[in-house]
Amino acid sequence: MSSADPWQTAEIGGPKKAAVITKPAMARAVIGRAKHPVLLIGNGAGSMEIGDRKLVDYLLVLARLHRIRVIATGNINRALRERGYMNATVLPAVEAGQRIADPGWTGPGEKGPCDLAIIAGLPYPMAWTLLSGLKHFAPHTKTITLDRTYQPNATWSFANISEKDWQENLEAIVSETAGGSADV
Amino acid sequence: MLLVTEKKVSLSIKELDAGFGRIRDLSVSIGKLSTGDWAETKGPTPYPTLATLREWDHTLLSRYQPFYMPFCDLCCLCTYGKCDLTGTKKGACGISMPAQQARIVLMAACIGAATHTSHARELVTYAIRRSGRDCEIDPGGNAIGVEAPVIRLVCGEKPQTLADLETVLDYCESQITALLAATHTGQEGNYLDFESKVLHAGMIDQVGMEAADLAQISALGYPKADPDAPLAALGMGTVETDKPVILVIGHNVPPAVAIIDYLARENLTDQVEVTGICCTSVDATRYSPRAKIVGPMSWQLRYIRSGIPDVIVVDEQCVRTDAFDEAAAVGTPFIATSDKNCMGLADRTRDPADAIVADLTSGRAKGALILEPEKVGEVAVRVARAVMPARRKSATAISPEIIREKASECKECRLCQRACPNDLAIPRGMKAAAEGNLSLLSGLYDACVGCGRCEHACVHGIPVHSLIMGAAAEKIKNEKFVIRTGRGAIQDIEIRNVGGPIVLGEIPGVVAFVGCSNFANGGKEIAEMSVEFARRRYIVCTSGCAAMSIGMYRDEEGKTPFEQFPGSFAAGGIVNVGSCVANAHIAGATIKIASIFARRNLRGNYAEIADYVHNRVGAVGVAWGAMSQKAAAIASGFWRLGIPVVVGPHGTKYRRMLLGRADRDEDWYVHDQRTGENVYAGPAPEHLFVAAETKEEAMVLVAKLCMRPNDTTRGRAMKLTHYIDLYQRHQGALPEDIPRYIRTPADIPVTLKGEITRILAQSDWKEQPVPDPTLLGRNRAKERQP
Repeated sequence: MSSADPWQTAEIGGPKKAAVITKPAMARAVIGRAKHPVLLIGNGAGSMEIGDRKLVDYLLVLARLHRIRVIATGNINRALRERGYMNATVLPAVEAGQRIADPGWTGPGEKGPCDLAIIAGLPYPMAWTLLSGLKHFAPHTKTITLDRTYQPNATWSFANISEKDWQENLEAIVSETAGGSADV
Repeated sequence: MLLVTEKKVSLSIKELDAGFGRIRDLSVSIGKLSTGDWAETKGPTPYPTLATLREWDHTLLSRYQPFYMPFCDLCCLCTYGKCDLTGTKKGACGISMPAQQARIVLMAACIGAATHTSHARELVTYAIRRSGRDCEIDPGGNAIGVEAPVIRLVCGEKPQTLADLETVLDYCESQITALLAATHTGQEGNYLDFESKVLHAGMIDQVGMEAADLAQISALGYPKADPDAPLAALGMGTVETDKPVILVIGHNVPPAVAIIDYLARENLTDQVEVTGICCTSVDATRYSPRAKIVGPMSWQLRYIRSGIPDVIVVDEQCVRTDAFDEAAAVGTPFIATSDKNCMGLADRTRDPADAIVADLTSGRAKGALILEPEKVGEVAVRVARAVMPARRKSATAISPEIIREKASECKECRLCQRACPNDLAIPRGMKAAAEGNLSLLSGLYDACVGCGRCEHACVHGIPVHSLIMGAAAEKIKNEKFVIRTGRGAIQDIEIRNVGGPIVLGEIPGVVAFVGCSNFANGGKEIAEMSVEFARRRYIVCTSGCAAMSIGMYRDEEGKTPFEQFPGSFAAGGIVNVGSCVANAHIAGATIKIASIFARRNLRGNYAEIADYVHNRVGAVGVAWGAMSQKAAAIASGFWRLGIPVVVGPHGTKYRRMLLGRADRDEDWYVHDQRTGENVYAGPAPEHLFVAAETKEEAMVLVAKLCMRPNDTTRGRAMKLTHYIDLYQRHQGALPEDIPRYIRTPADIPVTLKGEITRILAQSDWKEQPVPDPTLLGRNRAKERQP
């Protein structure tokens, strides 16, 4: 299955819809270009399985390789700490969205307004609404979702892809962005 | 001018020359709300209109700013449209996206407030017909002095009889009409003014709810503020299917009361089961604890399809709009009883009961609209008794063989999963079921919200929902629980006992679990949260479908939360106030703390009391499965009192949060009434409306949102202990924002003194005085100086 329809059938996007990530190179380029990205890791990342790993494992590799500041939502912070990642900023997802939308917020690292929000692991409808908030009210921020379902309100999103395709894409993103292979 | 209505006569004479002299500006009103011997001074805002409390609203909204998450990018409310409002685009009428979102929120709040107020009107009219206009409002006998805290606060009136409530509802109806008018194209255009009106709608909603519950408590003899209100049966497994079974669905109890009364008159009480879904069943158990609650609104499809009910009686609100079709599909006679919910049925109100019974029993008519509760009572009972024997003979449960057969038709296209609000892995369950393993399909039952969208999505016509229910048949059979029937109001003595500990922070908080059953992960989560907070000695309140979900959970000893914890408004209690409209008693309890404990005047004194509640009463609402517009209105009422509300993940679909910015110190100053100084009081409470992603995150938020500027050091230390403990357990670390909540070293929990002292030393923390807090400029001590 590969489709750029919203995963939840009725969650139709508006006139402005996400571009589909057709190749991992697209995501790599987007992430590589960002000056002040944040990675928002939703609670589901601790339970979503990709092969013999969890989504959170891939996301932490991405965060570490690119030194991307992490916002932990839900109660995923415990899983991050169990994996040795101690520097996440813990916020409810909607609060994170509100702050990202504020051009005066200098982000978890206080380096400047967030120009890219990488989002994964939230419940689908929650990500949908959060991305909608950012689409409309955070013109300074692009958004990319690394979940395997199409999110029309992101700037970039995968289509609805299989677990196998998802794994291949994520491995390509976390390895090639580092300029080499990265163990997950 | 002489104005005569059903409820009052008003005579006003501008100028009259008569033989006995001249009369000018004479006004006589008979039937108007009487205030008796109420000596309390009238406050500044009795019967507030749309802009009366705008300043208070803007005070709140400047601190808790809306964060909009549009659920639709377009406006399609007029023929200019559709208009694309993406980003900074404006509609043809000039409306912006923030204003449009706030407008939609206002519409939702108006729908909710209108629904409760209309329901209140039904109940007051019914109660007057049953008990007379002079029937005294009596929510708790001598145990209740402040009988109507919301009405006193908002209207500045002290209602004494049922007739007095009519005047109050006149006011509500006028306000809702004006609020709805504000959403018309070319009216309000500023998002903050829309939001202020949302808060007004919420306040009106609370007035309507209070009127509704006072009327039914007074006229129907419900438990009156009784902490030991009896327990009632809860769950599909409690239904005795060897008897005729009547199902009532909805919120307006008179038809259910009439059924119970008819059974009693005919000495049939033991011979017929009266079961219910949603708030009608809650109120039926308040009238007679022999009635049984099947479950929250999400149980409709599964229970109707089970074929167990022999007659279905629906009234209003939260009734599945296809309930009649579903009933007809399993051959269950159906009676609609509300002019707001006629279901396309022929009006048989004026027909003789015998004729209606004959038609429904024979199948000549599959349903009937009967707008007379007493007639509904007779017809429902007679039909149930007549059709039951044949229905039991023909009833067939869905067998494992049929489940396997149907499941094998599944092509795993996943359209069912994509239609499911909770993204349940239905195709995986179908595949396993086709191979004879029903456990995966059965496992979906716990998180299924019973919407049935999966079936409508299936292009192969597989009855997905029915298969899940069939696979979970054993679980359903074992749904045998108890719930404490709704007690209604909180006693004055209870308020006296806990008012001080709450305001000083020594009872860590009041947590109200309310709302619908649109849970992302099943109802067990709300039960677990309520138990967690009751064990921590918070006061836990609940109502409606949330109370049912709390009851559907047993501890290791087999006890439900209502058996584990007392029903008193005290630390460690789980207080079921009743149905949706009984939510007014929870808001009322916070208002009564200001009145009874702090001796503040309530009468038409909204802003001062809301300021008191916001700064001093550590109350939080949790609407974990909120679905409806009524839930939106209820939440809005709590917001205007400054009480935060937490919703579950689906709550983001309400499309706007009200979030504070803890990182902006300047937002968290209060006026200290003792000194007249502005004092940093920390982000307490941090948000007014926030969605949590998980149960664990919600619990941490609740503990944090219970903090208030007025907490004593001992109280703050206790609240921090709970917050930090929950945070550590669920996030695996100490919270980073601890310094924001420590005002003096005495606030530090003893067990964490060393660790927190080190944290404070490493931050730029400065000691702050504990203020006598207010957000109202006019309460500043300096301004009080002569």
